[in-house]
Amino acid sequence: MGNSSRFFRRGLTFVVVTSFTIFAAFPFYWMLLTSFKTDRDVYIRSLKQFPLVFNDVPTLKNFDLLFSQTNYAQFVANSLLIGVVVVLITLATAVPAAYSLARLTGRWGEWLGIGIFMVYLIPPTLLFIPLARVVSLLRLQDSLWALVVLYPTFTIPFCTWLLMGFIKTLPREVEEQAMVDGCSRVGAMLRIVMPLALPGILTVIVFAFMLTMHEFIYALAFVSASSQKPISVGVTTELIRGDVYFWQSLMAGAIIVAIPVALIYNFFLDRFVTGFTLGAIKG
Amino acid sequence: MEASIPRTEAVKVSRVRSAFENERFLGSVLLAPAVAYIALLVGVPFVMAIAFSFTNVTTGNPTLTFVGLDTFRRVVQDTNFQHALLNTIGFTFISQVVIMVLANILAPALTQKFRGKWIVRFLILLPWATPVALATLGWWWMLDSVYNPFSFFLRGLGLIGPDASMVWLAPNRLIGIYFNGANGQSQWWGLNLAGLCVILVHIWRLLPMSTVIIMAGLTSIPPEIKDAAIIDGANFWQEFWYVTLPLLRPITAVAFLFGAVFTFTDMAVVRVLTTGNNDTHVLASWAFFKGIEGGNLSEGAATAVFLLPVLVGVAVMMLRIARRAEVT
Repeated sequence: MGNSSRFFRRGLTFVVVTSFTIFAAFPFYWMLLTSFKTDRDVYIRSLKQFPLVFNDVPTLKNFDLLFSQTNYAQFVANSLLIGVVVVLITLATAVPAAYSLARLTGRWGEWLGIGIFMVYLIPPTLLFIPLARVVSLLRLQDSLWALVVLYPTFTIPFCTWLLMGFIKTLPREVEEQAMVDGCSRVGAMLRIVMPLALPGILTVIVFAFMLTMHEFIYALAFVSASSQKPISVGVTTELIRGDVYFWQSLMAGAIIVAIPVALIYNFFLDRFVTGFTLGAIKG
Repeated sequence: MEASIPRTEAVKVSRVRSAFENERFLGSVLLAPAVAYIALLVGVPFVMAIAFSFTNVTTGNPTLTFVGLDTFRRVVQDTNFQHALLNTIGFTFISQVVIMVLANILAPALTQKFRGKWIVRFLILLPWATPVALATLGWWWMLDSVYNPFSFFLRGLGLIGPDASMVWLAPNRLIGIYFNGANGQSQWWGLNLAGLCVILVHIWRLLPMSTVIIMAGLTSIPPEIKDAAIIDGANFWQEFWYVTLPLLRPITAVAFLFGAVFTFTDMAVVRVLTTGNNDTHVLASWAFFKGIEGGNLSEGAATAVFLLPVLVGVAVMMLRIARRAEVT
């Protein structure tokens, strides 16, 4: 490759990467900026004040308002509680299912695995109307436990699929050796495979939790009591009272969740993608 | 200890144990909880959704009476539904086509070596990693009718008056067609400014996902192929156009299918950004409006059932891709 060609390639990469990064990050910059701005700074429209910087001293007042005068802390607690219980339910069902599909069920298991993955494609927007019935039959109206019951319907398929792929990459010989040495199948699974699958299980824990943080529709449909709402619905419905918008606190509430969630996502992304691409590419 | 167990009991215990050693049996037992959970809370509601759409059930009248296609007929004749259906298809198609083009530009750039890669990766992934309702909330504020930052620049350029603001989530028609609606009246359908904003948010939040999927495809292309093209005298564009893009086609299809499903079935963006105002309702948000907020379960269910043909189509295409991957 010539020198000029390499220079061109670098320049092109720089331009493409920079413009896309600005496109992706600008809304977050605007949210972050807003959450630290004073009222005077937010509600200006003059030509002289450039809106993309602080024109007044940044303030923490908006965060204070969020925690002292709204149910935000309660929303966070609700989201965490829902997330933890859903992760436990998901682990209890998806781990054995994934092992079974990866090792025990053979050919029909492969198709069943794809079938389970397809369940992930059935959207909440198709199911929420009959589920309204199911929720009231279970006497869980207006309770965050309705969400605890419903969220595994999408975490189980996704996590089973992800974990199945992971267990398949572990060498069979290790557990076969253990069984030759007198270990039962269940013993081999618990003592040999599970420790080896720990990175996969960790990924599943993270993603099941993340999926519950992302969910919006079931929470919007089935929980209307303020004390029971998770963050995604609480912030978008409770912090807007009539026509009064607490914009800065609203943005603060969104950004507090968005940044840590995105950071954790980043760490586990590569495995997520492997599960996502349906084995269409072999890594 | 062993001797104290009666003989028949011992036989039973060993039979149970051998049953657990039977791979088929053990396989089914381990699979049962997951399958039961999904069957009860996805399978049953799935059937119920279809069943509801053939009845006239509402929250006030909870008995299921079969009414044939009456509910469908009522749903389809509503112009709001017609708009929602066309919007759903339009939003999905436009956003995914744009994403495919952009992702095939961005992904090769991100696989190059450059400094500050991890921060770039983090920032580019942010829109996808953030819960969709909260991210859309940010857009809502950024597109606020009075305090949006873009108006500052429009004012500076003299495109709008010194005290004016550009209203982005507005019904201004951009491009569209007239057609004869079910009631015989002339109808407009097309893209307005608010609809364009909905598409923009979809592009913004799903571009990272498609990019990451295509990047995974890029890394699986053997470097020898590129080297061979360069030795044969291909320049940068030729290599990109004739070597990289064709090799990325299968993985681009996977990204397209996922993106299409997530856009087609989403209601959070429309719900938070426009609440369905300015003709931006999609099937999912219209079903929610009718079925949950309006309490008309049967009409809501019948609306949501229109999502099915596309989902079935996507599932079939995915199965074909999965089978092809298995063969190779």
